[in-house]
Amino acid sequence: MSHAAVPAGAARPVILLRRVVKSYRMGDVEVVALRGVSLTVEPGDFVAIMGASGSGKSTMMNILGCLDVPSKGQFYLDGVDVRTLDEAALSHVRNRKIGFVFQSFNLIPRATARWNVELPMLYMNVSAGERRRRAEAALELVGLADRGRHLPNELSGGQQQRVALARAIVTNPPLVLADEPTGNLDTATSREVMEMFSELNRLGRTVILITHEYDIAAYAKRVVRLRDGLIIDDRREVAVDAPPPQPSAVTAEEHMFSQGVSA
Amino acid sequence: MTGLDTLRSAWHGINANLLRSGLTVLGLMIGVSAVIILLAVGTGSSAAVASRINALGTNTITVLSTGRFGRGPSTGGTQVRTANLTTQSVQAIEQHSQAPDVASVSPVVTTSETATYGSASYSTSVTGTTPDYLAAQDYTVSAGSTITQADVTSRKRVALIGQTVASNLFSTGQNALGQTIRLGSASFEIIGVLAAKGSSGGSTNQDSVVIAPYTAVQDELTGYAPFTELLVQAKSTASLNSAATEVENILAAETDTTVANLPFSVINEGTLLTTAQSTSSTFTTLLGAVAAISLLVGGIGVMNIMLVNVTERTREIGIRKAVGAPKSAILAQFLAEAVLLSLIGGGGGVLFGLIGTRFKIEGVTPVLAGYSIPLAFGIAICVGVFFGLYPANRAASLRPIDALRYE
Repeated sequence: MSHAAVPAGAARPVILLRRVVKSYRMGDVEVVALRGVSLTVEPGDFVAIMGASGSGKSTMMNILGCLDVPSKGQFYLDGVDVRTLDEAALSHVRNRKIGFVFQSFNLIPRATARWNVELPMLYMNVSAGERRRRAEAALELVGLADRGRHLPNELSGGQQQRVALARAIVTNPPLVLADEPTGNLDTATSREVMEMFSELNRLGRTVILITHEYDIAAYAKRVVRLRDGLIIDDRREVAVDAPPPQPSAVTAEEHMFSQGVSA
Repeated sequence: MTGLDTLRSAWHGINANLLRSGLTVLGLMIGVSAVIILLAVGTGSSAAVASRINALGTNTITVLSTGRFGRGPSTGGTQVRTANLTTQSVQAIEQHSQAPDVASVSPVVTTSETATYGSASYSTSVTGTTPDYLAAQDYTVSAGSTITQADVTSRKRVALIGQTVASNLFSTGQNALGQTIRLGSASFEIIGVLAAKGSSGGSTNQDSVVIAPYTAVQDELTGYAPFTELLVQAKSTASLNSAATEVENILAAETDTTVANLPFSVINEGTLLTTAQSTSSTFTTLLGAVAAISLLVGGIGVMNIMLVNVTERTREIGIRKAVGAPKSAILAQFLAEAVLLSLIGGGGGVLFGLIGTRFKIEGVTPVLAGYSIPLAFGIAICVGVFFGLYPANRAASLRPIDALRYE
């Protein structure tokens, strides 16, 4: 199984899931979204979690993002046992350990790009000057140094997602968690944003990407596929310490085609 | 999240929909200014009542010749005493051994007469009394001289006239002093003009008066009828009640009856003042209560707007929670927003209130009650906290997954 013992001397895994079960009550019916998922993600990895709707990938995303807690099983995030945490501690974990990127960007509409990037630091003890400096650095990293004063509705979709990316990395979290980050973007912009993720990964960040598109998953070093709440496939494309793959449009389409046939 | 950041976020929230925030603030502003203005009107009117009663003389006791309702003179015994206020009554009260708290007693006879001077005539009340009456009633002579005890003894036909009488009989610039006016068929020489006093209690004009020695008034106008009333001045406001008791005892002895059956009405002006003050304080409380209701309505407006805000910004709350905002920070942000709204509303209301109290309202000059500003402002803040708490708590309790999914 993929959670097999971490080699001695290796870095602490960013994600360690052991037989995680998540079930909801919907009225009288017990719905089991995850039926015992085990997964280990090491620092520097770039993982794509794939699955059709109903496969449990949204639940997976909520649990990995500490927005929800498992019903059963163990979850260590950067060495912290999440199941033992209360609500306040969970928000602290989200603040320090995770950078979120959402499908719908989720920027605060009436706040400038820079202020949006500063947002996570509002809940840390960071001085206003330091917040500003770090937000500007993060915006520069995503290539939007000159857009700090713009409101989200003055930016294109790709730019908004890059602001969201800057917000995700500004706190220097061990994990960047992206939920369908290109779902609302056209192909060209998607490629631009995905190259940004590749670049971040090359800089050493751990990225977990949730998607249902094969050409997006092609940017990852490792592809995990979920179906009916179970991992049905866990394929490593590139070694953890190797640079992330750089799919061309053509190879991505071919990849999608071949996967589509086999699935 | 520091206090400043919380405040900034709250300000952002208020700025996000200026019209809506403005209307909410307006509601509170009206509430706060209503409290301040209405309390000022209440205080102003009670001050006006108090000053009118003060003008009557707060340390005076009036003995009216008419008995209290249902009480006639005692008819028991062999002797039926007519219950009249006479010179004997005055002299009895003047015995200081029996009435140590009485400063002076003035007999009063009143009648209504038409005063004429040349072709001008004016219907006025004529008061026949002694010089003490002027002091007890706070009358001062603004021109000429006052009447003296000698005038009373010698039954001199001299008179003091009030401002209203003077202006009705004499043209402006004309000197009334030394002129002789006719009161009915009698002639009186004007030796003084009284300073203006204003109306008492709104009904009687205290400047529409002619004051003359009671002896002369009895000689010329009323005949030797008993006195209409006795005006007793106590030595001080504090001794008013004991003076009233003394007067009652003396008059009871004079008329061979008990205090309970006294055929006169002894009216203590102090009681009148207390009654009037309690009436006007009830009035002030009532006004304050009405204003407090409008403040409450303003508070409900704050709550309403905050609930709308929370619903409208559910997604923002989700984002903030996802990036690590703890429950307390969300609570603080929305509570700060509600309090900031009420601070602005309270501040504006105080300003409006201060402006509003500068105008005369329904004939009452508002007197700004010092306590009303901190009171109204404080209530506004409390209203903000109270009505902001529920929406803020609702925001803080949202689950981030649900909040993020909210469309």
